[in-house]
Amino acid sequence: MGRHFSTRLISGLAFAATLGVSFVTSPASAATLRMAWSQDATGLDPHKQTAFSSIRLLELIYEPLVRLDKDLKIVPAIASSWEFSDGGKQLTFKLNPNAKFQDGKPVTPADVKASFERVLDEKTAAAARANFRSIASIETPDQTTVVFKLSQPDVPLLTAMASINAAIVPASEIAAGSVGTKALGSGPFKLEKWDPNSKEVLTANKDWAGGKVGVDGIDISVLPDETAILASLRTKQIDFALLNDPLVATLVPKETNLTLNRTPVLAYHVLQLNASRKPMNELVVRQAISCAIDRQDVLDTASVGEGKVTGPLTAPGYTTDASQLFCYKRDVEKAKKLMADAGYADGFSATVIAANGEPATAASEAQVIQSQLAEIGVKLDIKMMELNVYVDAWLKGDFDMAVALNGGRADPYSMYNRYWTKAGNLQKVANYIDDTLDSQMQKGREETDPAKRKAIFANFEKHLVEMSPWVWLYTSYSYTAQQKNVQGFVPTPEGSLFGLSKVTVQQ
Amino acid sequence: MSYLTRRLSTFPLVMLGVSILVFVAIRMVPGDAITAMLGTEAGLLTPAQREALANYFGIDQPIAVQYWHWLLGVFRGDLGISVTYGKPVLGVILERFPLTLQLALMSMCVALLVGLPAGVFAATRNEKMSDLAVRIFAMIGQSTPNFVVGLLIIYALSAGFGILPTMGEFTPLLVDPLRNLGQMILPAVTLGFAFAASVTRISRSAMLDVLSDDYVRTARSKGVPKRSVIWRHALPNALIPVVTLSGVEFGYLLGGAVLVEQIYALPGLGRLVLDAILQRDYALVQGCVLFIAFNFMVVNLIVDLVYVALDPRIRLGEGG
Repeated sequence: MGRHFSTRLISGLAFAATLGVSFVTSPASAATLRMAWSQDATGLDPHKQTAFSSIRLLELIYEPLVRLDKDLKIVPAIASSWEFSDGGKQLTFKLNPNAKFQDGKPVTPADVKASFERVLDEKTAAAARANFRSIASIETPDQTTVVFKLSQPDVPLLTAMASINAAIVPASEIAAGSVGTKALGSGPFKLEKWDPNSKEVLTANKDWAGGKVGVDGIDISVLPDETAILASLRTKQIDFALLNDPLVATLVPKETNLTLNRTPVLAYHVLQLNASRKPMNELVVRQAISCAIDRQDVLDTASVGEGKVTGPLTAPGYTTDASQLFCYKRDVEKAKKLMADAGYADGFSATVIAANGEPATAASEAQVIQSQLAEIGVKLDIKMMELNVYVDAWLKGDFDMAVALNGGRADPYSMYNRYWTKAGNLQKVANYIDDTLDSQMQKGREETDPAKRKAIFANFEKHLVEMSPWVWLYTSYSYTAQQKNVQGFVPTPEGSLFGLSKVTVQQ
Repeated sequence: MSYLTRRLSTFPLVMLGVSILVFVAIRMVPGDAITAMLGTEAGLLTPAQREALANYFGIDQPIAVQYWHWLLGVFRGDLGISVTYGKPVLGVILERFPLTLQLALMSMCVALLVGLPAGVFAATRNEKMSDLAVRIFAMIGQSTPNFVVGLLIIYALSAGFGILPTMGEFTPLLVDPLRNLGQMILPAVTLGFAFAASVTRISRSAMLDVLSDDYVRTARSKGVPKRSVIWRHALPNALIPVVTLSGVEFGYLLGGAVLVEQIYALPGLGRLVLDAILQRDYALVQGCVLFIAFNFMVVNLIVDLVYVALDPRIRLGEGG
């Protein structure tokens, strides 16, 4: 009887499995892009959301005044032109007269003014407000012009305005208090449905001022496990996917029907030392740690070589030759000598914190660093934490050392003023500042000549690496994978998915 | 009946204890809804901005006051609003629960349909090669984490055969039963795999005990056919530990199967709780934990009642 029963069970399972299989082959409409990502947006308010996963969705729906292209050059979005005047203290925008919100109403200077006033209002609690503090007033002299009057010259302001955190939303929605509950922007796609952590349905915005959208819409599925995303790509259930884990991404090229887009990004992997704690408060100890670390080895071991060793400057146009920076070639003997000079010939013990899965390589990075520092007698205790717990400790500066993946910006001032200026919001996290760093940053903020700015930030970088408050490791890639019949996607160093507006799916 | 009333009357007390525990515990974990939303960017907030956000998330009051407000809401049948979903917590949970219930039932079916016959089979072939084979298989089943089984199934199907059930968009059973079963069968097999192994082991050992009892020997000596002795006389008495195990496992499964839900992208209760904790959606965490605790108590009660049905000698609530 037992055997008889098993036979029936097996045939039952086989039948059920065939049912599952029979659904696989039904293709969705070819003009709708089927897409997957592992982390979903956490909210719809473009001014408040700062997580990458939210921004990736919101930049398809909303638009800022200007945008950064694949070379991080500022290009028109809602504004068709702009110019600085009054010694960098006035910024004037001309709006594109065709720009419309998804309800058909035109985007007006009043909407721009209301949007920026919302960001600046402390009650909104927009973290990005910190980038716009130099805006003193906003004027709207006519139906297509917006004038920002600034309290001080602020060249990086324009780049900060290219962020989705400075998106223009309708003044009427702000007045109604519905920004964040209703997604109404002027971008290439309209959000039809959002089931958090499960699914998004987007349709193309036929009235988009940026031109014709290449697909009828995008169906986004949230597949939390990236190996399942790869499996779905393999079986042609999805056309396009965003991948975070380099280990999964490197498997994509092995599939004949798939293409991997691999783009260097601005975010950087770093070992943060807490210079307010002993013995990291001593310059030579920090320098010893910097000299003892083999950055290429960390990259090769933790991230299968997927990335590039970097100094503090990661934006194209500002990067310098990393091999010329202080101790970028590992020198254990020098590190040992520096340790002995500081009176730590026998080393010391410290704790390094890292977040689980954020980035995916965090634990491996910590382990490689632990073994490298052991060679100069530094005994590291690795403490892995849930992301939120980690962020809490990080913000309080409550760590000896921290393995971090910090976001990058197209402009070095916007990227680092929070850490390396005397008034920086995250001085408590950086825990190190000196006059040189502060003055170079202020010069960089005011200088309008690109070549001079580049030189200023190169000096800033050289000094920062020598002072070694942190040990910059490497920048990695952002990955998207697509079927061969998906064409026209242009990735950017910000990891933006805005390029999906021009993607087409060949039949 | 009095036993049932007594058991039911302990429910509110347990729920109260659970609610206090989870309310305090989730708030004691470092990080809050603000850092969950903004990550490290939370460091850019001014004190006034922070206050505005704390007020928005309802975390600007002392814990006792927050708890009291929440408790008053619960008495009105209101578990609060989920900040992630912008919807009432109970609604969000009830949307996810049918999937979790279905998955739990299906994997229990897989476990019992495979595990029970396998266990009985092994017990009747005690210490023979076939018994050994079943035991090894059960050992492997029990010691393989279900995410490994899940990933292997996905890999084997997609790489080997180029097929995979639809992932990402879940179809409820009542909307399209065939499509639904197509999506659910692999997760159920994945979850049922380890569960079946436990059932196999426990039913085998219970069966071995029973088979050496006098009444079984008597039945055999009276000439009752072997098959009848096993399935009719012995098995019902060997079922008690299986029921206990299944009840406990089923109770766990009703709390959601996080890893399997993650791998197969199923929007079940497990992922809901996990995401709620990661995003510090306090109201949703509290609601989910309370809901799961309630289910667990109901399942336990049902298990006790099944004991009586299986073994009339057991008298509930009469001091053994």
